[in-house]
Amino acid sequence: MTMRPILLAVALTGCGGGARKGALPAPPAPDKAPEIDLDSEWVDPEAMAQHPRATRQGQKLPTRAVVIRHGTVLTAAGKRIDDGALLLEDGRISAVGAADLAAPEGALEIDARGRFVTPGIIDAHSHIGVYPAPATPATSDGNEATDPNTAGVAAEYAYTAQDPAIARALAGGVTAALILPGSANLIGGRGVTVEMRPGRRIDDVRFPGAPSVLKMACGENPKRVYGKKSGPQTRMGEYAAFRAAFQAAADYALKWKQYRVRRGEWERRRARAVALDAESDARARRTPGKRPLHVKPEAAPDPPARDARLESLAGVMAGTVLAQVHCYTVRDMAQMLAISDQFGFDVRAFHHAIEAYKIRDLLSARGVAIATWADWWGFKLEAFDGIMENAALMAEAGGRAAIHSDSSIGIQRLNQEAAKAMYAGRAAGIDVSEDAALRMITANPAWILGIDRDTGTLEAGKRADVVVWSAHPFSVYAHADLVLIAGRVEYQRERGIELSDFEVGNSAPRAVEVAK
Amino acid sequence: MRALVVVAVLAGAARAEVVAIEGATVWTEPGKKLEGATVVMDGALITAVGVGVKVPAAARRVDARGKVVTAGFIDAMTTLGLVEIELEDSANDGTFGGGPGEEGIHAAYRVTDGYNVASVAIPVARTGGVTSVVAAPRGGLVSGSSAWVTLAEAATVADVLVRAPLAMHVTLGDSALPSARGSRGMAVERLRELLDDAAAFARRKGEYERNQTRRFAASRLDLAALAEVTAGRQPLVVWAQRASDIQAALALGRELGARVVIAGGTEAWRVAPELARAKVGVILDPMENLPWSFETLQVRDDAAARLAAAGVTVALSTLGDYANVRTLRQRAGVAVGGGMPWDAALAAVTSGPAALFGPGSGKVPPRGRLAAKAAADVVVWSGDPLSWPRAPSMSSSAGSSSVRTPGRPSSSSAIGASRPSPHLDFRLSRGARAPHFGVTTAPGASITCTAFFHLAGPSASSSSDM
Repeated sequence: MTMRPILLAVALTGCGGGARKGALPAPPAPDKAPEIDLDSEWVDPEAMAQHPRATRQGQKLPTRAVVIRHGTVLTAAGKRIDDGALLLEDGRISAVGAADLAAPEGALEIDARGRFVTPGIIDAHSHIGVYPAPATPATSDGNEATDPNTAGVAAEYAYTAQDPAIARALAGGVTAALILPGSANLIGGRGVTVEMRPGRRIDDVRFPGAPSVLKMACGENPKRVYGKKSGPQTRMGEYAAFRAAFQAAADYALKWKQYRVRRGEWERRRARAVALDAESDARARRTPGKRPLHVKPEAAPDPPARDARLESLAGVMAGTVLAQVHCYTVRDMAQMLAISDQFGFDVRAFHHAIEAYKIRDLLSARGVAIATWADWWGFKLEAFDGIMENAALMAEAGGRAAIHSDSSIGIQRLNQEAAKAMYAGRAAGIDVSEDAALRMITANPAWILGIDRDTGTLEAGKRADVVVWSAHPFSVYAHADLVLIAGRVEYQRERGIELSDFEVGNSAPRAVEVAK
Repeated sequence: MRALVVVAVLAGAARAEVVAIEGATVWTEPGKKLEGATVVMDGALITAVGVGVKVPAAARRVDARGKVVTAGFIDAMTTLGLVEIELEDSANDGTFGGGPGEEGIHAAYRVTDGYNVASVAIPVARTGGVTSVVAAPRGGLVSGSSAWVTLAEAATVADVLVRAPLAMHVTLGDSALPSARGSRGMAVERLRELLDDAAAFARRKGEYERNQTRRFAASRLDLAALAEVTAGRQPLVVWAQRASDIQAALALGRELGARVVIAGGTEAWRVAPELARAKVGVILDPMENLPWSFETLQVRDDAAARLAAAGVTVALSTLGDYANVRTLRQRAGVAVGGGMPWDAALAAVTSGPAALFGPGSGKVPPRGRLAAKAAADVVVWSGDPLSWPRAPSMSSSAGSSSVRTPGRPSSSSAIGASRPSPHLDFRLSRGARAPHFGVTTAPGASITCTAFFHLAGPSASSSSDM
């Protein structure tokens, strides 16, 4: 069977009307980019014969080798290769180099001349799928605001892989995101890292191998939600509650440790008893008339009750669950760091972290990352000291800064947000390289999510999470022309976005249908 | 290279300085471009624009070669100056609650009564090349009247007024439901009754004062305010998303002789020809592209492009997001990405909003374009006004392509190594004022390239209607 040729139309709008009219003084690169012609089957035809979603139920699809040549390759690993190439095999990047990169026979050639190639964008903070569109009480599933501590719940219980926002985020070049519970609770629950593509259920899109995370929140939000209910009413109450929760988890972990010791002792005794019994049985068989003597059976010790809330917190203390903490102000971040010291865990990242620049030396020294916005500020008092140089200053201090969205609209343009963060830094005299800015939406969030060994840069061995852009991704006019997740084309601008079932029947939405 | 200095000639400055911006690429209005042109401003007014115009000897000359000059951007709907912090009641004067069963009639409310010229969000907005905004109330069925204000440094709201009361703001659709017993049709009915009563009130004021009229649906001041709309003196800005609500707004306008402007306008593209025929403009945010509610199911990325193509006057806006007014240019860039021609996008943040709210009359000079006798709301950009600088190459060593700003150690190590000074850093994005007279520097304030503002002063911008 033959597949319809996959065409990437020339970016019709690319750098905008200005370029068409020759009007702009500095038109962003791109429109001369020739057509990309993927003129043969992308995936094994047999596999494609099935429903595209059906083929993903756990089975690995054979993918054809792909080579993307002649694009400007921004690796987010310190290298920019003008006229570069990328070889993708079996869902991984197998080589990055110059345009003449050797490729195996039969590899699909993509000519990305005039275009830019980057790692897939990763959003360290999203509520897509748990606060899906339409936003109604029926779909509002992101905050289990019934108790300040709901460490036992998980975003994946609520995640719908059919949120209309997913296809639009994908069209913005996003290939993975951390889906978090909201910030109503001190301890909101587990987050889940997903591949940013529509699916039928969470299992279709869960990012393989991503560690579990626990979302926590401090400052204004829990106070606002619980101040007139159960409390906490104050930050004093918040941090006392955090300490109590971690203490309970520490006690719980100790109980389990003690239980395991007892269980181990019991198992050893049991093994000896079994051996003795066997010996006695053997003797009895050898000696007619002798009856075997058996050790009196001993009941196994009872395990402590399992508790999902305490499991999550104990997991944080054991280092198997990454702590993702929503904090805006210095005082809140400082308190959370003190708690992490007391209970012996690491804060993986402060999210929002509006005031991180004020303690960027401390955060950098401790290896605590931040995930923040390029320019959101002022919507509440704890966001009042927001400055656009926040991420740049953090990077300059040697820390890890990510630009996150926290928004189903913002996630579609994280490339623009990174650009703003970069230029704001430069305008203030901070040397932010293009690579450093790109890392704010790729490698750094990958680290925050604990998937940095797998994705986030264009380097041999990494997953083939790749975006081909119509123009430099830091141009406001750039579009993602082609988005690959693990080597598979998930979005092609020319075809538009995949409508969610909810949208079927509405004539309107096509992410990019250019009015001529 | 000090490419990106933001300078604002203070509105309150006593002297009317003559300034000449020379050698720039000047967009006098969208679609009309002059190369190597000069813009001469005298105080609050532009006195000359063109290639080779004569520069008065006393003028302060600004070398703008390689730069781009446009009219100052206008955000056609914001709560800037009304809301300082959204979630602090004490710093939020722009929103009416509108609980279930609330009457929601605030027609007599004028934002000028609570407008805060000292809002810290104003200089931040200015860093995005926005020189004036329509500060509008929101919430309830009838929110009150808006004001068109410049973002100049000023002591009082009177110093920055372009026009107030500017327009009456009302709400249809989902947002009106609390004041409409849960039915969008009821919201239309209530508005019809209010406007009809306002017209009757205006006709029968004497009888009203003598208690010889039937009972009207609103208080005296509310009726008087609404009568400005039915008399055609003020536009009626209707927040409406669903196509049916937009059509209802158009019908109301026809019935009651009101000049309608649609705000929100998610599904306006569906009725674009009708809007064009009725000469009804639309204020919308081109970034919104998700079906968040059942009144925005038919949301499109190219809605602004389609409206403009159909001949509808479009104003792109942050739609009330006071803290992000500085992102107006990004939104215009996004609209271009959605298929809007670049000229049309520029128009939608300059001449478009100006056209919706009056091109100027009497003592009020026109805005949204650069011409002699127009208001001197001018922005000098280091590059494309709708995008940040073209992404530079990898070689971003300090000082080469990056922009130096005054008022901050230029060596990054100076702040990086030592204990951070939050206060120094804090000022970076806040358009902190430099001490010299009449000049505001906003170090690092703009994402790219904003360079120069000259904002109309109070002498010529006083309200004609206040």
